[in-house]
Amino acid sequence: MTAEPFVFHGCVDLKEMLPYEARDVRELLEMVARVPIESLFCHTAAALLHRSALPTGYPNDFAHWTGLAMGDQRLAERLAAIDPFESRSLEQMREELVATISDHLQHFPAAAPAARAEPFRFFQAHLVPIPTGHQARTLREFRDALAEVDLSALFFHLIEARYRLSRGRGDFAEWVAAALERPDVAERLAAIDPYSGSLERIRGRHLTVLTAALDEGSP
Amino acid sequence: MTPTVSSARLDDYRQVAPRGAVDLLLRLGERLKGRRLVNVSGSRYRGLTSEVLNRLVPILNDLGIDASWEVTIGNSDFEGITRTVGRALTGTEQVITDAMVGRLRDVCAENARRLRLDADLVMVHDEAPLLLVESRAGESRWLWRCHDDLSSPQPQLWNVLRPVAQRYDAVIFSDARFAAPLSVPRFVIYPSVDPLSERNRDMGRAEQAQHLDRLHVPRDKPFLLQVGPFRRSHDPLGVINAYRLVKKHHDVRLVLAGPAPGGGGDVLAEIQEAAGHDPDMRVLVLPPDPQTEMNALERGAAIVIHKPLAVGFGIDVAAAMWKGKPVVGSLAGGIPNQVVFGVTGYTVETVEGAAFRIRHLLGNPELIGRMGAAGREHIRRNFLITRHLGDYLALLALLTK
Repeated sequence: MTAEPFVFHGCVDLKEMLPYEARDVRELLEMVARVPIESLFCHTAAALLHRSALPTGYPNDFAHWTGLAMGDQRLAERLAAIDPFESRSLEQMREELVATISDHLQHFPAAAPAARAEPFRFFQAHLVPIPTGHQARTLREFRDALAEVDLSALFFHLIEARYRLSRGRGDFAEWVAAALERPDVAERLAAIDPYSGSLERIRGRHLTVLTAALDEGSP
Repeated sequence: MTPTVSSARLDDYRQVAPRGAVDLLLRLGERLKGRRLVNVSGSRYRGLTSEVLNRLVPILNDLGIDASWEVTIGNSDFEGITRTVGRALTGTEQVITDAMVGRLRDVCAENARRLRLDADLVMVHDEAPLLLVESRAGESRWLWRCHDDLSSPQPQLWNVLRPVAQRYDAVIFSDARFAAPLSVPRFVIYPSVDPLSERNRDMGRAEQAQHLDRLHVPRDKPFLLQVGPFRRSHDPLGVINAYRLVKKHHDVRLVLAGPAPGGGGDVLAEIQEAAGHDPDMRVLVLPPDPQTEMNALERGAAIVIHKPLAVGFGIDVAAAMWKGKPVVGSLAGGIPNQVVFGVTGYTVETVEGAAFRIRHLLGNPELIGRMGAAGREHIRRNFLITRHLGDYLALLALLTK
């Protein structure tokens, strides 16, 4: 069998500032309800692209800002629990964000922000996909290329593919299942949580799964 | 005129850039081969813009982009006016007359006739060439790359210049906090450090020691370092006070290093007076262009302090973090975007806060190593010139066809 090769793409991105910002939680609610949906993508799933390890570990910008700038840990924790990968669409995620903030405000009126708190500024990311030059036809080639590519390839195939391009469980799992006919490995890859930790850590988890599959005797 | 530029090649960055990043840039360069990018600045030698263009333009050409760098020319009154306008745009009240704005307009119009501005993308840097856009023609896309903090410009001047800025297709700011409201798209591109420059290149321990000896910085105990101008805006006296609080508990030195001050060097006199009574304080007035000295000092320091009260982006912070040093910095300018609190260092609001964080680090030396290493990786991914190059290529890809 000759498998369709997997062609790795990375990306570069540009951040565009939008004319929206929030100075407290009530304004955040207003803005989350009205900003372009692309901006919500930018501040949730796409936040991974440039994120280093953060001590708070909040996985999206809304939770991070609410926790740090607003000092509202309770709301930060609830916003952190909204997982874009479990939402059926970005609009559904918007509804979850709005419902969570609204519910919180009903029980806990918005506190005044700290004296030097920065407002939440809304952005939109523009992505330029680029072939990395790496291709794979076997699981071993796939594992070896994955270890070498720019981290943005992880973002492109796991986050962008699933989230904006609606490509199922992400390109890696889909290709391993369809082209290599290894649904077991695909399932293990798809089970890796892309919404926690850094892209480097996510790469490490993928390499662990792929190396284990190779040790089990895959070509 | 096109200034002489450095001869760095993209391949040289493989050893320092994130894994796979150089290959990605080469591929993107292939896709954009032949597109023409003209950069225009007001000086070929001064400031961050020149440092960045000196490196980026040859690399862009190396990638097959037809990149050039043009410099506007004006006589001394023009340069004086642009400095005044620069201060007014960053919020320091200045006297700006209609005649001064008219002079800016005339000089830019003269330069527009002289410079070669036919390109797919024209990137105009800073305020001196800002009004060139009034002469734009043809299909080129025009960008204004504003490095300064435009969050509170002098209103009368901004009323005049905002319509000019809005004649660009987009404006790029160095930090979201620096952005002025505009009706055209606003992008944010952080400045960067060049890991292969003299300021940031690798330097072995023997060479470091040689430079520190030459600067009369003893190596018998750890030292805290602030590099920066001897100006009140950089709060050197606050740093001394923080050091004195630390000194009660830890046997360290303080090194304050910076270029020779221009006029009004009264702060330097005060610093030297304070240092005169403390053998563990060193005040170094560095020679012109002290890239090697700053490199050695940052590498030799235990902890780097950056405590300006007001600053632009403050990319010096990234330079120190690249050398694996935790940074204790103020909240001014772009410092909070570089220091990841509790991971690569600390941002502080007060002298006491700086002292407390430094004491905490000195009391937990394993943290110094861990935060330094995390800082270097943070810079590798987000603040190296390779990321900057990717941003410029992305602009070319998105804004030109």
